[in-house]
Amino acid sequence: MRAVESVWGAIVEAWQEVRIHRVRVLLSLIGVAVAVCALSSVVGLANIAQQGMTESNERYGGRPALLSVTASYAPDGTPMPAGGLPEAWAGVVERHKIEYTSSVRQGGMRVQFRGGVAEVSTTAVDQPYAAMHRIRVAHGSWFTKEDADRLAPAIVVNGDFWRKLGSPSLASHPTARVTSGDGEVTAVVVGVLRTSGYDDMAPTAFVLSSAAPQLMSIDYSGGAPANLEAWVPPKLAEPLTATIRAELDQALGAGATSVNRQDYLAAGDDPLAFFKLVVGGIAVLVLLLGALGLVNIALVTVRHRIREIGVRRSFGATAGRVFFAVMMESVVATVVAGAAGVGLSILIVKSPWLEQLIGQGMVSDFPPFPVEAAVIGMVAATAVGALAGLLPALVAVRVKVIDAIRY
Amino acid sequence: MSLLRLQGVTKTVDIPDADPLTILDGVDLVVEHGERASIVGRSGSGKSTLLNILGLLDAPTSGVFEFDGRPVARLRSGARDRQRGADVGFIFQQFNLLSGRTALENVMTPLLYASGRRFWRRRAIAAEILDKVGLGHRMDTMPEKLSGGEQQRVAIARALVREPRLILADEPTGALDVETGTSVMGLLDSVATDYGAALVTITHDPAIAALADERHRLDGGRLHPLGSAQDVAA
Repeated sequence: MRAVESVWGAIVEAWQEVRIHRVRVLLSLIGVAVAVCALSSVVGLANIAQQGMTESNERYGGRPALLSVTASYAPDGTPMPAGGLPEAWAGVVERHKIEYTSSVRQGGMRVQFRGGVAEVSTTAVDQPYAAMHRIRVAHGSWFTKEDADRLAPAIVVNGDFWRKLGSPSLASHPTARVTSGDGEVTAVVVGVLRTSGYDDMAPTAFVLSSAAPQLMSIDYSGGAPANLEAWVPPKLAEPLTATIRAELDQALGAGATSVNRQDYLAAGDDPLAFFKLVVGGIAVLVLLLGALGLVNIALVTVRHRIREIGVRRSFGATAGRVFFAVMMESVVATVVAGAAGVGLSILIVKSPWLEQLIGQGMVSDFPPFPVEAAVIGMVAATAVGALAGLLPALVAVRVKVIDAIRY
Repeated sequence: MSLLRLQGVTKTVDIPDADPLTILDGVDLVVEHGERASIVGRSGSGKSTLLNILGLLDAPTSGVFEFDGRPVARLRSGARDRQRGADVGFIFQQFNLLSGRTALENVMTPLLYASGRRFWRRRAIAAEILDKVGLGHRMDTMPEKLSGGEQQRVAIARALVREPRLILADEPTGALDVETGTSVMGLLDSVATDYGAALVTITHDPAIAALADERHRLDGGRLHPLGSAQDVAA
């Protein structure tokens, strides 16, 4: 009980000091609040940027863990039989109950636009591909399972393709005329991709693998079978890769397939580690500058309070109590400043304008304000308070009571 | 058992490039519970040093000092601080009220170092004692808005709020005019009696010193008992 009274008493003293010297405290704490705000904001904004980079990586390499199976040639140098890999793969998928798989084939199709026929880089995929690569559409929708049964095949196009069609409303089921062999196939545009400016410089499209023979007249793979992808839990990626490799070797011949993990975490290292390190370093520097200002002011202030400290000692305040109270003043003040800084940071980080600026329109799932940013901000504020209070507290303890009363 | 007992207490301080300076030289003093004692002396006679020793703020260089029968020298620093807080109330010449805090908050401050009921009911206790010294209507007033007499009354309330057994008053009327000083001393004597506290007053004012039961003169570091009030005036 005695300890509770001592701690509570010190907090009361600290709060009184903060209240009485609120202008000075406020001025000294602006630096800390701004530093904490900067620290939390940097962590929060880095989180958005990181999400953007992650999503971008996932669009190209797939979401962790994405296994890619390629089987171009048999060990004797002859192309694999066309049906061999798909059949062997179907067995693998069934045995391991892999939920998300897709074949991926790069090629091209000739599309009749208003200005003439253009070659469009096209990827033939299966329906789960969008989930596996975090593909988002800006208009319309991604393929559904029913799209495989369409008489007029469905395609999902990028913004440039769509604009070349005259930016029609997808509700009107716009079509694109695809020249294939001697004839022409009408494809229905069901979705327009949300892409960055770089991906929007030339027309591209996705088609379902089942519709690829109808639409894709240009083959970039030289007759090799389509690549196969599987999205599996990251923890299972390593053993599953080895197992699948062994199973395919057994079915198709040793070395006939290449099974590799291809997502951005495949190397094991966090590719954003350097980015996080730089951002964290800047934030800590900002905080240290704020702390230095606070220590400076706290040291000057404690010298103005020597008489008061002496009077308190005459009331029975022990050296430990004086130390704790002076330290608590700093901590109480910086915790309040920290809370204000974190609050301000939330307003900044979650402002739609800034989200758009950092995300560049490419972040689909904006992360919530990271709890770790708030925690880091508050912990940093408390630590700075304790650190900034340490020196003045030591000065206060060394005050000679008799001299202090007469100061 | 006496409240305070000093026997052969000396206090010397080291002076650079000189012999140590003797401030108190073989001081003998006994203060009983509830007694009124006064110590007069010229400036530099060692009055304040003696007061600091009596108030456990300073330690004698040699000699015996017992507080309520216990040798103070055996007390560790923290225990001495706690005993000072619990048993000694200080009244300073310059009041030493804490600025920026109301009269009530000033009186509450010593109770922050108390425990139990006194700690948790500090506001009510402080309000009660302020009422007792006639400042019930000025509780929320800042010290700088109070007159000198009122400030010293707040200081008296603050010194008594933990119901100490000893009140040490260092020139309590030094910053007041004669009339206010007399009034303040009357109040101090009255409330000290109410709380059963001994009162040791250090003053250079013979009239104030004459009010005490036991009177002493400190001269050149040595304490001499004085007889009647006329002796003090002389």
